[in-house]
Amino acid sequence: MYSEKVMDHFSNPRNVGEVDGPSGTGMVGNPACGDIMKLTIKVENDKITDVKFKTFGCGAAIATSSMVTELVKGKGLDEAEKISNNTVAEALDGLPPVKMHCSNLAADALHAAIEDYKKKNAAK
Amino acid sequence: MKKIYFDNNATTPIDPEVFDAMMPYLKEEWGNPSSIHWAGRGARKAVEEGREAVCKLLNCTGLELIFTSSGSEGDNHAIKGIAYAKKDKGNHIITTKVEHPAVLNTCKALAKDGFETTYLDVDGDGLLNLDQLKSAITPKTILITVMYANNETGVVFPIKEIGEIAKGRGITFHTDAVQAAGKIPLDVQKLGVDLLTISGHKLYAPKGIAALFVKRGVRLVPLIHGGHHERNRRGGTENVAGIAAIGKAAAIAMRDMDKEAAHLASLRARLEKGLAERVPHIKINGHPEKRLPNTANVSFEFVEGESLLLNLDMKGVAASSGSACTSGSLEPSHVLLAMGLTHEMSHGSVRFSLGKMNTAEDIDYLLEIMPPIVERMRGMSPLYAGAK
Repeated sequence: MYSEKVMDHFSNPRNVGEVDGPSGTGMVGNPACGDIMKLTIKVENDKITDVKFKTFGCGAAIATSSMVTELVKGKGLDEAEKISNNTVAEALDGLPPVKMHCSNLAADALHAAIEDYKKKNAAK
Repeated sequence: MKKIYFDNNATTPIDPEVFDAMMPYLKEEWGNPSSIHWAGRGARKAVEEGREAVCKLLNCTGLELIFTSSGSEGDNHAIKGIAYAKKDKGNHIITTKVEHPAVLNTCKALAKDGFETTYLDVDGDGLLNLDQLKSAITPKTILITVMYANNETGVVFPIKEIGEIAKGRGITFHTDAVQAAGKIPLDVQKLGVDLLTISGHKLYAPKGIAALFVKRGVRLVPLIHGGHHERNRRGGTENVAGIAAIGKAAAIAMRDMDKEAAHLASLRARLEKGLAERVPHIKINGHPEKRLPNTANVSFEFVEGESLLLNLDMKGVAASSGSACTSGSLEPSHVLLAMGLTHEMSHGSVRFSLGKMNTAEDIDYLLEIMPPIVERMRGMSPLYAGAK
């Protein structure tokens, strides 16, 4: 039921872990629906220089988390902000319909991390 | 790659003896059992022999058995059939929160016709409180339907005791025994049930054949109206090959049950003990003794079930999970939630349901591959980091 790309990212997830001294942290999802994603980013000169994820969830949740880290690494914040959950799903050659709403939260985690960075930065 | 099947509560492989018993009715003996001519006579004989074999397993008479297409049909027939037959006497049904959807959704569907259902709770071990059952009974109660053994945890309910309570109050009693069949004794006289559902494909027969026991004298409105088949109780030309198969499967179950139950119990103990020794932070769900011998339901804390299943599948092991992701809904297992497990622990559950084809080597292979899988997935989990 999953595409080859999803299974590739599930079996060999990229950028697992937490960035040291993150510039921003995004945590989305909830235990009730079974998916929790935590994304940490390092931002330098408005660019995402490092990004890592930790995810509790199904195959789709892990693959989308892995994919979003690949999509945004080295990108400017303005570009990263344009990435949507659909962008991530498309990059994985699609997700089963039932997963589109529940496990496709990786871009939300990214946006939450960027927002956290901006908040922290504004406070400085 | 090795292929190991630990999902026997979902469906069982077809026993080669069962396969051989059904093949003639797909080849030479293709007649309609209702025909009086030569083509139908062999088919009729097969239907009646199959019936006799299933009746032996259940300890009932041939007049008390209806062949159906599935366990779900049997449950629907029993529940709707009794509800509509007894609607002048009352509109109240009692069941449990942990039934199979074939029972839960049938009770829900009856609400539109004015029937009301009480859903009994279970405790942390998955057991019922019979005092709650007794106090749920009202003068309007017409049916109690309680499963014999739970498909997710294997927990076995005290059917005999519930039967006595029902009988004392004149309430019809149905049990869904789909998971119990072939694993524990199913004597309807000893159990004191009025109706009982079994299904072929949990018993090493193929899908598409099942049976419903209806005690003599119990009046039931038909679910499928049609010809005179099954003594006017279930329309539709008989599934002759399926009936030959379930008959053979029932005979094998009777012959081998004690031996198989001991085999399954020893494999399950090896599995649960082995996992507990090798993987920290796990919980075995369901009462340790009051369970079917073949079912192990294990929650792996901090990780999600579907991702464990995918990892197992990549290593050739088939199992199932109470995670929402495998149920096609957003909610995890209603059974585990009713037992008071948290959403995380319900999502993190894996069910290993063993069958007679499994060996100790199969268990040892699982014990070898499971610890690194769980460790890898925990390494990725934001919940685990917080718990260390």
